[in-house]
Amino acid sequence: MTAIVPVPVGLTVAALLFCIGLIGVLVRRNIIVILLSIEMMFNACGLAFVFAGSYWLQPDGQVMYFFILTVAAAEVSVGLSLVLQMYRQFGSLDVNTINRMRG
Amino acid sequence: MTVIFYISAALAVVAAILTITRANAVHSLLYFICSLLATAVMFFVLGAPFVAALVVIINAGAIMVLFVFVVMMLNLGPQTAERERTWLRPRTWIGPVLISALLIVELVYALVYSRAGDTVGKAVEPAAVGVALFGPYLLAVELASMLLLAGLLGAYHLGRGVLKFRGGR
Amino acid sequence: MLSLLWLVPALPLAGFLILVLGGKRLSHQAVSVVAVGSTGFSAIVAILVGATHFRFAPGGGAYSQTLWQWMRVGDFAPSVTLSLDALSLTMMLVVTIVGFLIHVYSTAFMAADEGYGRFFAYMNLFVASMLILVLADDLLFLYLGWEGVGLCSYLLIGFWYKDRDNVRAALKAFWVTRAGDTALAIGVFLLFTSFGTLRIHAILENVAGYPVGAPLCNVAAALLLAGAVAKSAQLPLQVWLPDAMAGPTPVSALIHAATMVTAGVYLIGRMHALFLKAPTALFIVAVIGATTLLLAAFSAVTQHDIKRILAYSTISQIGYMFLALGVGAWAAAIYHFVTHAFFKSALFLGAGVVIQALGGEHDIFRMGGLRRRLPVAFWAFMFAALTLAAVPPLTLTFNSKDLILNQVWLSGRSGAVLWALAAAGSLLTALYTFRMAFVVFLGPEQTRPMDKPPLWMLVPFAVLSLLGAVIGVPELLNALTGVKGFYYYLDSAMSGPVHEFDASVTEWVFQGIYVAISAIGIALAYVFYEHALAYVRSVTATRVGSLLHRLLFAGWGFDWLYRHLIAVPYVRVARLNRGDVVDLLYVAVAHVSRGINMLLSLTVNGNVRWYAAGVAAGAVVVLGLVVLL
Repeated sequence: MTAIVPVPVGLTVAALLFCIGLIGVLVRRNIIVILLSIEMMFNACGLAFVFAGSYWLQPDGQVMYFFILTVAAAEVSVGLSLVLQMYRQFGSLDVNTINRMRG
Repeated sequence: MTVIFYISAALAVVAAILTITRANAVHSLLYFICSLLATAVMFFVLGAPFVAALVVIINAGAIMVLFVFVVMMLNLGPQTAERERTWLRPRTWIGPVLISALLIVELVYALVYSRAGDTVGKAVEPAAVGVALFGPYLLAVELASMLLLAGLLGAYHLGRGVLKFRGGR
Repeated sequence: MLSLLWLVPALPLAGFLILVLGGKRLSHQAVSVVAVGSTGFSAIVAILVGATHFRFAPGGGAYSQTLWQWMRVGDFAPSVTLSLDALSLTMMLVVTIVGFLIHVYSTAFMAADEGYGRFFAYMNLFVASMLILVLADDLLFLYLGWEGVGLCSYLLIGFWYKDRDNVRAALKAFWVTRAGDTALAIGVFLLFTSFGTLRIHAILENVAGYPVGAPLCNVAAALLLAGAVAKSAQLPLQVWLPDAMAGPTPVSALIHAATMVTAGVYLIGRMHALFLKAPTALFIVAVIGATTLLLAAFSAVTQHDIKRILAYSTISQIGYMFLALGVGAWAAAIYHFVTHAFFKSALFLGAGVVIQALGGEHDIFRMGGLRRRLPVAFWAFMFAALTLAAVPPLTLTFNSKDLILNQVWLSGRSGAVLWALAAAGSLLTALYTFRMAFVVFLGPEQTRPMDKPPLWMLVPFAVLSLLGAVIGVPELLNALTGVKGFYYYLDSAMSGPVHEFDASVTEWVFQGIYVAISAIGIALAYVFYEHALAYVRSVTATRVGSLLHRLLFAGWGFDWLYRHLIAVPYVRVARLNRGDVVDLLYVAVAHVSRGINMLLSLTVNGNVRWYAAGVAAGAVVVLGLVVLL
């Protein structure tokens, strides 16, 4: 019933998703989209873990995804409230405006 | 079954590419939800129904909804889309694409030469995951709950009015 | 009794520590008691130890007492050891006795000075250092004493430091002796690398295995000679001693007449086995001695500052000691040192009495007729002057200078030339000594003395003068009856190529020549300076005369030479290098660091995506390394 997938293919998919998320982080200037791209990277890591868990037939892969998810949730909630602060302080969602810590 | 895996994999990647290239923030969000749902299908096909459900419920159902709330609160819509398009000149894509391409090449190289086999094709039952969570990973589960509490408090505090900066420039 | 040897240098050192720690809190009385007491007790212990050593000489002639191990670095393990043999016994007795008498004198001379405690602290430190120098068994320990006396000389010459001329004189003394000290240090290093030890006995034993004229011995001896020449103010490093008279008179008496300036003589005497294997170096010693004594004697004839006359006289007499060492007459050199210590310090103390009595007057042509006013000083001064000029019967026959001259004549190849130079020097010695004595004490009175000199200044002066005169008694007994005297004692400990005259008739003939020389010198002084002063002045007023007079007065122009050869170019180069070329390297390092800092801080631009790109690039690099390697 379950699919039989070669390991390099599955992990390549995860790598692809990760790199696309990386491109998103580096290119976009809207902070919301940057956070979204980070979520994508989380998701890709989770996929890799679950794939490995199904290769080794151990629940540890899924358990790891569970924790990744928890961390992502906590991070997103705090991150988004920081985004709200940023919008109130600087009046813009452009990440280039929050560059005061330089020199 | 394997075919479904490949189809949903392709879908996930395409949706991801579309996510990062849209000027409208809401469109990006929706495409990402698509990607997440494709990932859920991939998990189900790999024999991990528990996490498949988790993706849909928590990842797409809670985290993304939170994003949507914030986007709606900040009133991001078609007006800001114009400004976004000016930021997304082709010239800005060169560097990041280069870095990521190098990364992908290295990862694929390592994977192809790893000479690992295929997945076995059996499912891992949710019951086994539950036993693992309440067994060896019990402490981590408790810590995760504390982490969520911290996140809750942090979000509450940081989300209040305009916070005053103390010191700094 | 011999084990009390360590007390001899330790007591003055303890005195120094008490005076330094006590500082201004001690009263003049307490300072005098501590200073004079420590040197006095040291002298008593020295006499007791000396007597014991003399009566019950231990086997091998030398008694050594190891106090502690100084350090142990690999093979290098010098220890703090005091060694006593005839040579160091003689030096120790002279230093302690003369030191004690001069300390007593200083309590009266420096009574009105506000730096009283400081003065005696330095003097005590000097006595301790000098004793370490002469009692040391290890060249490193000797070098410690050597540096110590150099330091005290600097401190005491510049004692009245508020006057910049004194400070300059002190610095000049220090720098010139430093040049010699450096050569001495290099010589010590050379000896250590060749022999692996710095113990003097071990070195001299090792040296015995080398052939005569070995290059190592010549070089090492030449380096030690350079150190001795600087410390003993011989050509070409004699320029510091006349200017060192800027210090208080007791300092000139103790350091620059009796003890420190003879450290070079002691060093060569101690290492004479090394010098015997280096005939070139030994010949240079003799030549330096002969030329110095003549040049300094010429200069002394023209001086009119009483202390400068005595300074040049010291340089000249040490030239005699070097000459004796150069022909291998070690015992004669040390014997001359003993007599010189007594009569030269006596002359200096007498000069101090006269200077203080006349309220600080140094020019002899402004003194005169003091015979009636200062009778005790007059007679003591005359005694000492007669000893310096080697006149019998007061100084008795076969005194130290005649012994040296005899040994020089008998020494072979160039003996006759050196003898002629030394004899000419003898004539000049008598001339300048009695020029000084007659002008100061006879003739019309120019300045009135203010007070009678204090008792405690006259007593040490008289005692030293008497000691200088009577030290020759054992030698007279030896000549007449064959009883072994002091010279024999020294000779037995440091035997060199001793020569004897073929017949005793020849010996008496030479003695007669010496007496005649001294008599002619005194007569010339009497004639020129008592009766024909106007004639003398007319000679010096002529073109040639005044030129010659200026040259001799300035010490043969050595000061001018050194200033133009060394000081002026050095100052010019120092001015050029004011920005410090070497510093440029370190400044450049700072500049480069700052430049790199500025470059790197460009990366801290506050742009979040830039940082993320940095992280990603780093990950790519690391993964690349992992994948490739």
